[in-house]
Amino acid sequence: MSLFPLQLRDVVFRPNGRAVLDGVDLTLSGEGITVILGPNGAGKSVLLRTVCGLLQPTGGSLDWGGGAFDPLAVGMVFQHPVMLRSSVIDNIALGLVPRGVGARDRRLAAMAMLEQVGLADRANDNARQLSGGEQQRLALGRVWLTRPRLLLLDEPTSSLDPSAVEAVERIVRQIRTEGTKILMTTHNLGQATRLADDIVFLAGGRVREHVSVRRFFSQPASVEARQFIQGELPWHLAF
Amino acid sequence: MGGLSQAFADAFLLLLDFDARVFEIVLLSLQVSGLAVLIGTVIGLPLGACLAVGDFPGKQVAAVVVNGFMGLPSVVVGVVVYLVLSRSGPMGEFGLLYTPSAMVIAQVVLVVPLMAAIARQVVEDSWRQYREELAALRFGWRDTVRVLLHDCRFSLSVAVLAGLGRAMSEVGAVMIVGGNIDRSTRVMTTAIALETSKGDLPLAIALGMVLLVLILLLNAGAFALRTSVMRQFE
Repeated sequence: MSLFPLQLRDVVFRPNGRAVLDGVDLTLSGEGITVILGPNGAGKSVLLRTVCGLLQPTGGSLDWGGGAFDPLAVGMVFQHPVMLRSSVIDNIALGLVPRGVGARDRRLAAMAMLEQVGLADRANDNARQLSGGEQQRLALGRVWLTRPRLLLLDEPTSSLDPSAVEAVERIVRQIRTEGTKILMTTHNLGQATRLADDIVFLAGGRVREHVSVRRFFSQPASVEARQFIQGELPWHLAF
Repeated sequence: MGGLSQAFADAFLLLLDFDARVFEIVLLSLQVSGLAVLIGTVIGLPLGACLAVGDFPGKQVAAVVVNGFMGLPSVVVGVVVYLVLSRSGPMGEFGLLYTPSAMVIAQVVLVVPLMAAIARQVVEDSWRQYREELAALRFGWRDTVRVLLHDCRFSLSVAVLAGLGRAMSEVGAVMIVGGNIDRSTRVMTTAIALETSKGDLPLAIALGMVLLVLILLLNAGAFALRTSVMRQFE
């Protein structure tokens, strides 16, 4: 059953009385890359975690194409991925463990994935000694290996150097061409321009705008989006 | 003072002569404590990890009980195991009382809470760090426990060492359920207690030295192994 269109209706997340998501309405199709932009504290990461099922919304609902939420079809890569105290190949194969894949098949699939993310020569190295960019590629490969239908990326290139950013973006494009829907957050407007098909602009826990990338940057409809692009968003909209 | 020096000199002689009595006792001690710690590891570490990761009613109570049982008086354990294994007890028909098996059982009861409590703390710290990532990869609690136990293997060696230390240095419980029978259930600690009370200080000192050296060697070995493997994966 298709997960899409994914419809978020009046989604609220209000821990300890403070609304982090304050009535998010959003419809996502099953194709392309949707980038969520917004200032710090706008609720971008919380929105991704809510879609991933890691956080339960306080109010509202998520409708998965009219069907039930299939957790195995949704994957997420975090800003600071966790590496187990083990080899690169063990780490990349990790996502196959809960899917009941046997050790031999896990290793074969992991090796093939290491080739795809350019880490085959590091297979037996300590995963914790990889650079930040390599760890992020490993984390992407780890989730990609599970063949998610929807991939959530929470600022996957923050604090990476330009060449590492380029490598990560190349993998993200590859994943997209395999038909995986990608929903990601970033603070990098250049990256949003390079990768996004459409932009969701979030501020103050609400979706202020959801338009194509071209339109967002050329004709932002909301004042907040215009101020954000120009770096002049007032602080009260961020928090 | 002269008597003490003589006792130490005699103790060294016993060791240098490879006295059969000494090494028989040392061997039995290692067998009993080693098996108890092995069983304790198989039970205690997963139990601790389940307490760290699991989400079930009574989890806090279980954690408090395990922590509380860390300090169980060994004589109390000895009495309880004695009652269970005695002829009229629920396991009396197996005839285990005053055998090395009874001593293993008593030591398992002593080391499991200690190892589980340490494992719970170690795994819980890792769990906080990995929780989101493993949840996003859709790990169930069984796979989570397995992965975390493997990931914490270096830190968990502390739990195993603590269990070994407790088992090898324990005297009350094994004395009660083993009976300290010569050439049958006499281990280092019970032999030291008996020989000291008899005034046979050389044998008590010799066994004490062996016990100390063994514990130091085991700790040093585990430390070296942990350091070298950690260097590879940290």
